[in-house]
Amino acid sequence: MVLSPADKTNVKTAWGKIGGHGAEYGAEALFRMFLSFPTTKTYFHHFDLSAGSAQIKSHGKKVSDALTTAVDHLDDLPTALSALSDLHAHKLRVDPVNFKLLSHCLLVTLSAHHPADFTPAVHASLDKFLATVSTVLTSKYR
Amino acid sequence: MVHFTSEEKSIISALWGKVNVEETGGETLGRLLTVYPWTQRFFDSFGNMSSPSAIMGNPKVKAHGKKVLTSFGEAIKNLDNLKGTFAKLSELHCDKLHVDPENFRLLGNVLVIVLATHFGKEFTPEVQAAWQKLVSGVAIALAHKYH
Repeated sequence: MVLSPADKTNVKTAWGKIGGHGAEYGAEALFRMFLSFPTTKTYFHHFDLSAGSAQIKSHGKKVSDALTTAVDHLDDLPTALSALSDLHAHKLRVDPVNFKLLSHCLLVTLSAHHPADFTPAVHASLDKFLATVSTVLTSKYR
Repeated sequence: MVHFTSEEKSIISALWGKVNVEETGGETLGRLLTVYPWTQRFFDSFGNMSSPSAIMGNPKVKAHGKKVLTSFGEAIKNLDNLKGTFAKLSELHCDKLHVDPENFRLLGNVLVIVLATHFGKEFTPEVQAAWQKLVSGVAIALAHKYH
């Protein structure tokens, strides 16, 4: 799966529209994921997972910042995300199925906050982008 | 088997009451066919699906989307017996339509996203969680009779 020039434009434009809300959206996506897909909480048993948790906020910012990095390096995601890829492969070892769950919740969050911009074409491009990021993050698993 | 608390049932019914089934159905199916183009394999007879606007404007897509979502409405009336409610449809999707159940999961998640675009803030994490249970229950029920 390859991001077309149109996909890249859609992703950059969409991500640009979130303004300074990246961290907030990251946290919201995580919270949505923990509620809708309780098995994902197994990776965060050391966290306070209640609504408004400082740990979820801080982790949401990490996720959002990493996605911003990805958006800024769409032409070379493997290099840009190499360190994160190592981290997930050797330390975090999050089962690959969970990346789809977080990706879905990120899309729900974005679509809830920016419905007018979340056209079918943009939806498709963002879905492809998150799937590509997920593939890169699990690429060194074995 | 998926079990719904009375609170989840209320949440689901409350939102459903505000859903325009025809529009939401068409949009959901259209987005499925746009975001996951391989799902078009089941709809060769639908005509022009060459671009997002062609898909979203296609009258056959809209009509079929309405049909699919109307069926969801039946699920909501029978949350305690999804498997029974969808038994015949399950057989149909296996024996006649030959649809991989993975497609039910994809469609369910697209529906959740469409509801998020329509309801915004009202589509809280709690509301989403109840609907994720519903779409998952429907997908499981539709796959139940596969052999």
